[in-house]
Amino acid sequence: MLSARERELLIELWDRLTPAAEHIGSEALLRMFTTFPKTKTYFAHLDLTARSEHLRSIGKRIVEAIAEGTRHIGTAQFTANLSYLSRFHAYQLRIHPTNFKLFNHCMLVTLACYLGEDFSPRAHAATDKYLSAYAAVLAEKFR
Amino acid sequence: MVEWSDAERSAIAGVWGKVNIDEIGPQALGRLLIVYPWTQRYFGSFGDLSSAAAIMGNPKVAAHGKVVLGALDKAVKNLDNIKATYSSLSLLHCEKLNVDPDNFRLLADCLTIVVSIKLGGAFSPQVQGTFQKFLAVVVAALSSRYF
Repeated sequence: MLSARERELLIELWDRLTPAAEHIGSEALLRMFTTFPKTKTYFAHLDLTARSEHLRSIGKRIVEAIAEGTRHIGTAQFTANLSYLSRFHAYQLRIHPTNFKLFNHCMLVTLACYLGEDFSPRAHAATDKYLSAYAAVLAEKFR
Repeated sequence: MVEWSDAERSAIAGVWGKVNIDEIGPQALGRLLIVYPWTQRYFGSFGDLSSAAAIMGNPKVAAHGKVVLGALDKAVKNLDNIKATYSSLSLLHCEKLNVDPDNFRLLADCLTIVVSIKLGGAFSPQVQGTFQKFLAVVVAALSSRYF
């Protein structure tokens, strides 16, 4: 589904983002909570103010997981590596899968703000495809 | 009827003040056709849409992008009456153009990304939230005459 060129582009893009994982991830979460307030219902026990400890640590883990995934796109390992996260979201967090789309959109907005013109139409298209594939795997165990 | 706070009104006006319709319109429509290729079904008469470069360089895409964003300007100027403002445009998309209204939201998402690129840090989470509320109202209005 993602071409070899798109996979290269994604690996390069997310390698570049990893050093700023905490910043990017926490901003994407904050954008989601601000733009789609209902998403806060899943995180009521956490401090969701800008740059809080919780946002930074969850945001960092999310970005690092997404970056790591770019190395395994299209392989069996991609799904295997995500099986823990998939079970976690399905059985413990029990997040309605529609929220993954909202998060993905906010991640795209964060990248657009952060990268500016470097977030080209091709980078945008590849990232959108990759994030929706990622979300589909996360939602795989739901039922 | 949607109610807008003074802060929301000024946030929307602030974003719109920084948007150059002739620049952002073509970019937003171009990205829609690239990122969500099924939307190309409505633009069969536009000629070469075979690659990202072809789409971004297609003069018909650029011209129509300007038209679309020009229409959005009407909503900005009629915040309290968006539904009525788009009544005939909604009917046109339903009866004549036969556009699946789910695609309106995708265009709104692409517009948000293009505006993010343009505004960078000035497009704060609060501003994004307000701008997307505005776009959600526009999308609802454009979908309102479907039956």
